Amino acid sequence: MKELSYLWLIPFFPALGCFINAVTGRRLFNRYGELPSKIIALTASWLSFGVALTAFITLLKSPSGTLLYNKAWTWIQVGHLEANFAFAIDALSGMMVLIVTFVGSLIHIYATGYMKGDPGFWRFLCYLNGFLFAMLLLVLGDNLLLMFVGWEGVGVCSYLLIGFWYQELANARAGMKAFLVNRVGDFAFLIGFFILFWGLGGNWDHQGYQIQNVFSLTFRELPQLVAAASDKTLWGLPLLTWVALFFFLGATGKSAQIPLYVWLPDAMAGPTPVSALIHAATMVTAGVYMIARLNFIYIQSPLAMTVVACVGALTALFAATIGCTQHDIKKVLAYSTVSQLGFMFIGVGVGAFWAGTYHLLTHALFKACLFLGAGSVIMAMHHEQDMRKMGGLSRFMPRTRWTYFIACLAITGFPVASGFYSKDEILWQAFNSHALLIPGYLIWAVGFLAAGLTSFYMWRSYFLTFTGTYETHTDHSTNHHSSHHTPSLKDDEHQHTTQNNDVSSHNNNASSHQTASSLNHAHHSGQHATPHEQPLAITGVLIVLAILAVLVSFLGIPKLWTHHDPILKHYLAPVFAQAEHLPKLFGPHEGHGVEWLLMSLSVMWAGMGCALAWWMYRGRKNPFPAQLVARFPRLNKIIFNKYYIDEFYKATLVRAFMGISQFNNWFDKNVVDFVVLQFAAVIRFFAWIEGMIDKHIIDACVNFIAHLTDSLGKASQKLQNGQLSLYFASLIAGCICLALFLFYFMNIYP
Amino acid sequence: MNSLGITHFLVLSSLLFSIGLVCALTRKNALSILIGIELILNAAGLNFVAFSRYGNFGIEGPVFTLFIIVLAAAEAVVALAMIFTLQKKYKTVDVDRTDSLRG
Repeated sequence: MKELSYLWLIPFFPALGCFINAVTGRRLFNRYGELPSKIIALTASWLSFGVALTAFITLLKSPSGTLLYNKAWTWIQVGHLEANFAFAIDALSGMMVLIVTFVGSLIHIYATGYMKGDPGFWRFLCYLNGFLFAMLLLVLGDNLLLMFVGWEGVGVCSYLLIGFWYQELANARAGMKAFLVNRVGDFAFLIGFFILFWGLGGNWDHQGYQIQNVFSLTFRELPQLVAAASDKTLWGLPLLTWVALFFFLGATGKSAQIPLYVWLPDAMAGPTPVSALIHAATMVTAGVYMIARLNFIYIQSPLAMTVVACVGALTALFAATIGCTQHDIKKVLAYSTVSQLGFMFIGVGVGAFWAGTYHLLTHALFKACLFLGAGSVIMAMHHEQDMRKMGGLSRFMPRTRWTYFIACLAITGFPVASGFYSKDEILWQAFNSHALLIPGYLIWAVGFLAAGLTSFYMWRSYFLTFTGTYETHTDHSTNHHSSHHTPSLKDDEHQHTTQNNDVSSHNNNASSHQTASSLNHAHHSGQHATPHEQPLAITGVLIVLAILAVLVSFLGIPKLWTHHDPILKHYLAPVFAQAEHLPKLFGPHEGHGVEWLLMSLSVMWAGMGCALAWWMYRGRKNPFPAQLVARFPRLNKIIFNKYYIDEFYKATLVRAFMGISQFNNWFDKNVVDFVVLQFAAVIRFFAWIEGMIDKHIIDACVNFIAHLTDSLGKASQKLQNGQLSLYFASLIAGCICLALFLFYFMNIYP
Repeated sequence: MNSLGITHFLVLSSLLFSIGLVCALTRKNALSILIGIELILNAAGLNFVAFSRYGNFGIEGPVFTLFIIVLAAAEAVVALAMIFTLQKKYKTVDVDRTDSLRG
């Protein structure tokens, strides 16, 4: 462990930026426009990245397994428990910090382009900084408690940012939904936390509960404590299994897995930078990070790992099927995110923690790129998100198109970009895993299927958006004046219910854009709403992300090719040391032949998905998709409506909850109130009796005393006759009496 | 003739005291009462000095006397101001007629 005194600056800068923007943002915004908030937010995030990078380099220079540590202050100190407000960077959190600050800072830049002209500009940047702060707390936190603070903090910021355009009811509702579903997960997390606390902190024996002397919640000391508690059981299951399962349920809330994934697609109501940053690159990976961080708990419990892997695999497949039918480009990406998170959970579930973490890294880059590309498209389309109305955009937006293309290559698993290496490693480890209660190849099969679907729906979105010819969906009248406003109005009618936005301001934007672009492009198309490439703040970020999405491949080139462990695996090895040394996790691997076979299969499979998408959607000319939909209308409808899971939850959980509430209401009104009223009657009776006593006895006494005092006063009044000499005489007499008294009775001599 | 002893001082002091007391008790004029009180105070001061001189009590006696003199001066100021006010308000300094505080 090595002390690094400036570590606290990493979360401090975003917190400061958030604070300054929150306090002064509105005034500065009103007076000077967008520039001050922009400077504050960008400076904060990039400074944070700079410090993170310095710390990371220090970490790389230190011997492997070093932990950089910085204690800000003592936070909680109760008995033997000491939880500090302390930050720590090891290999895993170092990587996460880099992802969070780097992608976060890029998206800050992007956001300044995307949110231009929004009246809540400063508020948006303030929230973004706040999110960065919370996420960094989550990642850097030295102990579970601090991690939980960050865990909750990102939930709050996610809520604020999803409902950023809160004038629209659907957006506010989506934010609320995300928050509530997350709360369910957080509750499970807390339960897991309490069980862990109870299990590690003491013992039940015949004398009752005994707190042990050694207790800690820091990630450094937890592994030994956990190992010591591995034989404890609770209700027939090992204690650690309970802990792992509850933590995993918390992770499903934050990372959008079955059964708590429903909030993520709705979260797309937020502005696109938010979707990219929070709902693709960073926050939703918190669950994966948590499991990777607590790997020493999970490896103790095959049951929990099986559950994690199964849920991951099922989610991957399930979300992929939904992704194939969606029309909203952001919804496709949202389901894709859910699906990819499923892959990560397969990775950590089968014990290949480094592979899951690697997928986290690659996914953060290519999915952020995809989302931001989609945001660029959406801006060009004047906040139209329906892919059926796009098409042919490659001509207008080359930079967006190529970056989207590269990111698609990455996510669908072609060996030229990073996604292949991470996904294939996960699937290979799943195929090989012997640690689970079910055969590993089942997990592999489901994941494999999902990978093919991923390829299909991602290329579908690509072909639908960028190929073909661009058609406007407006009727062209010769009257420029009226036609300026028709497109936006028509678009509004077509819009999905959950998507947009600050309709009025954006339409104003849209129409002004249209006016400008109609002048610019009049000579080559004669159309009004011609899309155009976005400014550098947006495309530059896309290009950086796309390049990185390709470059990070070299971190995970498989052992099969180079005969060395992948760089990232080697780098992360100290963190997952315990997992690697548990022999039962990794039985005998299949041979190289099998690995080659699976690898080529998976490339071919991705190619097939791509080809199918190409055949069905390229140029948007093939009538086959429409026929397919017509052939299986019910199936399409079921999948399009997400298998009616939302409706199912509404019909069961929400209704049950409402039923309970209503019953409680009834119970409160009829039973509790009745009892209370009866009590009140009894008490009123006693009060009446007491009132009588008060009136006739106590008051009488009091009145008597008052009366007595009164008459005494009247009698003594006569003495006060106003004659000074009398007063003086009595004073002297009194003195003499006192002197005599002292002299004769007390024997005090003057 | 005997030399001066403590008895002389005490007799003088009690004479002063009695005169002052009678003066303060019997006179109707506020100014006379004030004079009587001053006599009483000085009787007490004389006692202090006498006991200090003959009784080996150290310096406390004279110090007390000094305080009494200062106190008497202050008291005279306040009392005179009161008497002025009395005169203004009631057109008299006869304490028997200024009895509006009676019960």
